[in-house]
Amino acid sequence: MARQIYQAIVDGILVGGVYALMAVGLTLIFGVLDIINIAQGVLVILGAYLSYSLETRLGVDLFLGLLITIPAMFVIGVFIQWAFIRRLRGRERTSMTLLVTYAVALIIEGILYEIYGPNPKQLTASYVQSSVHVFGFYLSYIYLYGFVLAVVLVVAIYLLLYRTRLGRSVRATMQDETAARLIGIEVNRVAALTFGVGVAVTAAGGMLFGATNAFNPNSGYDLISRLLAIVILGGLGSIGGALAASVFMLTLESLVDIWSPEWAIVVFYAVLVLVLVIRPTGFFGRQPVRAQ
Amino acid sequence: MTGRMMSAVSRQRAAAGLALVLLAVAVIVFPVVFSSPVITNYAIYALIFIAVVTAWNMFSGFSGYISLGQAVFFGSGAYAVGIAARAWHITGVGVFALLPLAAAVGAVIAVPFGLVALRVRRHTFIVITIAVFFIFQLMAYNFAFTGGSVGVAAPFLPWSPTTFNDRFYYLTLGCAVVAVLVRRARFGLRLRAIRDDEDRARGLGVRTMRVKLAAFVLSATITGLVGGVWFLYLTQVQPPSGFDPLFDLSLVLMAFLGGLGTISGPIIGALIIEPGQLYLTIKYTNGYLSEILLGALFLAIVIFVPRGIVPTTGEWLRRLRTRGRPAVPPASQRAPAATGLRSEEPATSDEGRSRLKRRPEASGKKGRAGGTI
Repeated sequence: MARQIYQAIVDGILVGGVYALMAVGLTLIFGVLDIINIAQGVLVILGAYLSYSLETRLGVDLFLGLLITIPAMFVIGVFIQWAFIRRLRGRERTSMTLLVTYAVALIIEGILYEIYGPNPKQLTASYVQSSVHVFGFYLSYIYLYGFVLAVVLVVAIYLLLYRTRLGRSVRATMQDETAARLIGIEVNRVAALTFGVGVAVTAAGGMLFGATNAFNPNSGYDLISRLLAIVILGGLGSIGGALAASVFMLTLESLVDIWSPEWAIVVFYAVLVLVLVIRPTGFFGRQPVRAQ
Repeated sequence: MTGRMMSAVSRQRAAAGLALVLLAVAVIVFPVVFSSPVITNYAIYALIFIAVVTAWNMFSGFSGYISLGQAVFFGSGAYAVGIAARAWHITGVGVFALLPLAAAVGAVIAVPFGLVALRVRRHTFIVITIAVFFIFQLMAYNFAFTGGSVGVAAPFLPWSPTTFNDRFYYLTLGCAVVAVLVRRARFGLRLRAIRDDEDRARGLGVRTMRVKLAAFVLSATITGLVGGVWFLYLTQVQPPSGFDPLFDLSLVLMAFLGGLGTISGPIIGALIIEPGQLYLTIKYTNGYLSEILLGALFLAIVIFVPRGIVPTTGEWLRRLRTRGRPAVPPASQRAPAATGLRSEEPATSDEGRSRLKRRPEASGKKGRAGGTI
């Protein structure tokens, strides 16, 4: 039993790293653009399908393929922001952006169905099936590699935000858009680039998700609701919060999973509701969520 | 000036009344003229969605709290009727006696749901409604009494196939009428004030939590009831059909297409979208194309008519009629009756606030500021 619990905690932390990667993209987009990107879930699935196509058609290795899929997803993200999000202004903007990103999700999902059909797929590679025995735990290579990749990318985003000029502009825009505009930051360009970066991480997230789960175009809904739970729990717009909440939630889920797999996912959402009753801003709420 | 306006208003009222009577007659004789079950099926689904979207709009459209968890009440109403009929061995037409139970279940669920979700605003509210929605869908899958993924079947109704659809047509029509009538409950102005500026509304004496919760519960009650009717029509419910994420989205799309926070807008939205969706689903059985088209329609609406059909058309018509002169004279000249002209359109934020400000003064003598239920 104790062994099972340790294994569950280790699994939770490793999978949590992958979720953290996807959640950071979501929370970054929220922080700068003040919108929730509902399409994030299906974009992850799109990333998974891109890796799938590269692997089955051209025989490109999953990790090597990221060199193609990450820029591709970045371009898709910038396009979505430029074509649709940019136009939205005014009082109903919150709900409008929600609808627009949902619409984008529907269109992408429909297209994926047309191309790949509804049958579940899974990414395969030599390191997906094999596992390593460390300190008495069985760890699949893909989880280890995935965790390392997630850490590398999260650190890269961190450096981008805190060590570059663009990052300073992004953070300034997150704090106060009007003030940022006043001191000469091109807020629109920052918004487009942020959306691009937030979507680009889904390429890596999607590859890891696709290698560890079977997926079909419909998987995006389940994923986005988990990601939303994570970013709300961590506090919208808080990157550290998203990291902590992913690891916490996924560990909790894998612990409950020992006892009852069916109810594990319910616990996931129940914790969200419970936490928000006590603390409406989430763990690390940077700005009060109550403010209008 | 005022006199001419008054007569214009009364003429307009008479015309509107006539139109309403004609509409009522058309709606009532509809299944007699188009008796084909294929067509009445479209009409029944349209009416179901008119009722639900009106209920949704009653709370979300006016308050700006966009709920994506309305399917919680819809599915729960459906399951309540099915489970109760099975447990109490109710067969035949007797199941219709269970419809009040469906409404009650919707209300009972909405109270704790609202108490939790209405504490937070905007994005967080939306996400909580999504989370609660998934909790309910997962519960429907996992509990024994909901029948798991098999779901629940309705008792057999001893109606001949030729009249089955007609009866449900009138039943759903009744639901839609009830929804529209209940919509007229006097939450409108207070909910709009909450949408415009919740903290200020509270400062002005609106008991925001009570108003929000009351509207939320009322909306859930109707949705639960309609869920029960839908279940009896379809004769079965499974977790993905009772708790369907696309259901919530369709509601939002209908409301936005027609015009959020107007009475007729969501109805028009439902009349356009639901038959269209149904047609595409029947024509292209795989359903992927309908998904792409639905998404494209969404985008087109948001980009071209972001405020919805009803407010936009209203604006065009007014501009056409007045040829650039202001349609409503300044407040100093305005006769009280002339405000009737504007009853259909959402109050702009300034208007909402100034009207609200006047309320406490007007009702001050009764010792209560505007915010009681």
